[in-house]
Amino acid sequence: MTPLPDQPDPWIFLQNHTSARIARGRTGHSLPTRALLDFQLDHARARDAVYSELERDELLERLQAVHQPVLLLHSRAENRQQYLQRPDYGRKLAEKSRESLTGFEDLTGFDLCIVIADGLSATAINRHAVTVVSRLGEEVSKLGWSLAPLCLVEQGRVAIGDEIAHALKADMVVVLIGERPGLTSPDSLGAYLTFRPQPGLTDESRNCISNIRPEGFPYEAAVQKLLYLLTEMKARRLSGVQLKDEFDDNLLTP
Amino acid sequence: MAYRSAVRNLTYRFDDLKTLLAKATPLRSGDQLAGVAAETAEERVAAQMALADVPLTTFLNEAVIPYETDEITRLIQDTHNTAAFAPISHLTVGDLRNYLLSDEVDTPTLTRLQPGFTPEMVAAVSKLMRNQDLITVSAKCEVVTRFRNTIGLKGRFSTRLQPNHPTDDFRGVAASMVDGLFYGSGDAVIGINPATDHVRTVVRLLDMMDQIRQRFEIPTQTCVLSHITTTLQAIEQGAPVDLMFQSIGGTEAVNASFGIDIALLREGFDATRALQRGTVGQNVMYFETGQGSALSANAHHGVDQQTCEVRAYAVARLFEPLLVNTVVGFIGPEYLYNGKQIIRAGLEDHCCGKLLGLPMGVDICYTNHAEADQDDMDTLLTLLGVAGVNFIMGIPGADDVMLHYQSTSFHDALYLRDLCRLRPAPEFEAWLLRMELMSADGKLMPVTTTHRLLQAAGL
Repeated sequence: MTPLPDQPDPWIFLQNHTSARIARGRTGHSLPTRALLDFQLDHARARDAVYSELERDELLERLQAVHQPVLLLHSRAENRQQYLQRPDYGRKLAEKSRESLTGFEDLTGFDLCIVIADGLSATAINRHAVTVVSRLGEEVSKLGWSLAPLCLVEQGRVAIGDEIAHALKADMVVVLIGERPGLTSPDSLGAYLTFRPQPGLTDESRNCISNIRPEGFPYEAAVQKLLYLLTEMKARRLSGVQLKDEFDDNLLTP
Repeated sequence: MAYRSAVRNLTYRFDDLKTLLAKATPLRSGDQLAGVAAETAEERVAAQMALADVPLTTFLNEAVIPYETDEITRLIQDTHNTAAFAPISHLTVGDLRNYLLSDEVDTPTLTRLQPGFTPEMVAAVSKLMRNQDLITVSAKCEVVTRFRNTIGLKGRFSTRLQPNHPTDDFRGVAASMVDGLFYGSGDAVIGINPATDHVRTVVRLLDMMDQIRQRFEIPTQTCVLSHITTTLQAIEQGAPVDLMFQSIGGTEAVNASFGIDIALLREGFDATRALQRGTVGQNVMYFETGQGSALSANAHHGVDQQTCEVRAYAVARLFEPLLVNTVVGFIGPEYLYNGKQIIRAGLEDHCCGKLLGLPMGVDICYTNHAEADQDDMDTLLTLLGVAGVNFIMGIPGADDVMLHYQSTSFHDALYLRDLCRLRPAPEFEAWLLRMELMSADGKLMPVTTTHRLLQAAGL
């Protein structure tokens, strides 16, 4: 018998343009063996990312070099198992964390609060958060905006940023959070922006930038877009679906 | 009104219709999260027994969400067709299950009954059904819609080609489009989820896809799945909008969380119809739904997630859509925990949508934080093929590199076509033959690098 290795499709050169699984070939109507196993490996890695944890000490140290103080907070979800089944717990601060915010608020109001939460991929935070926060912090200080303490949250979901920013009396919040891992991207970072954050808001009140990572939406472009959206939010005093995103990010080639 | 059921020496009491519906629902994590699920397996069956005895007329008199506070309840009650309902008006929910499964009920009967069903009636009967029943009843339905081709005919099955790219890069999108077309995908729609809801991006993606469609005279429709307000702007700017897309839910409050209401959908519908771009029909709406969205927006009013889902279909049917797609496993394990729950929900949505007269497709999918994998998707795919699903997704390698979830691949669609002897939409099938992509016996043909479709990518 002769060996029967995977045979990709003749248009395999199109793979240069996308990370999508194109031109993988077929045997009958089915996926060839190697392509099948590549998929299974990526799925295994994504599953592992869901169960990854924040590198707390290292993140705290590096974030403190950007801005101080840095507060370490925890949601009401005690562990990953509970986090996955009870999103309501992930949206609220644990009692102790809630209390620990007292004294850090600014009675005249901060312009911006940056919240960093593990979400569904602590790996994304471990890899990308410090660079984004650091560049965003620089630009924000150029604008003369006041920045609330940086908040690092374990077992957190997007809406937890509303509770935190409201307690700290911040005008706007950016939540940087690990997105649901994809097969080719176990480390995608998402950014959710809200004007006048307060508990109880839903997605219609937020703007979002997704897939922040070097192979997706690169750091610098993401920071520029964040600044654009924040400036618009501040000027127009609203966020969400009413804030149309007209940012010319130059990603489209004519 | 309270409902009761006696099991052995124990009497179960259910305070009202929405409680009864929730407790009668087969187990799923979202109803547990909402605190509306049955506490025990016995309570669930007791609720099903009580539900089986409820007359269908009860659903016309007792709303699960008050008429005064919810425009979807008003829509359901105000548009109910009593003439269509008359032949089943004497039945209970349990009788309705028997009737739907009986030999006397065929495709024309179900088509006549559609306007007589309310979402809650249909949700109720589905709760008494096993997976097999859901498949049997679905397979009797036929819902056909048209724009540039004919979707939903018996013996046929279509795919949405979904060439998403993480940064909406044109060449990346085009590469996935070409890959899909070579695999015979795209007769339901070629539809991109844009990475950002950005009117300029949307317009340019629409232009790009429309150029490829026209250049190769592909009998299909294209769509960028942006928010309705963005697509309305794109229409104002003269973009080639074939279909108006929008995600919808089953309560006024969840739709508010999506930034929409029925009036806005009407505006989108009118603006798209006015373009008159269809050639064989004018079904211009494309809706997506999925169990759990109402709870996710804290907008469920204590109604179980499957009933909320079916209420969304009342909104959809108002606009004679080309496609309705339940994105069944996208929302995550807090709503559908594992493969078993996703499979059940996919069959329910498909069956209930078809009973209400909708052209149901299913995004057979899961996320990486759900307890599910590709084996579960194979199972649901096969069941839906037998059930006569109108369309599924076609994504390169089943891996969406923008939305970060797994769905079905071009290969998966070929598998279903082969095993269930299903063919693409007739106009699209003729095109595949003309382009020498498919042979007369429905098999894919080998393609070389000189094939003219490769020019499409401009690469």
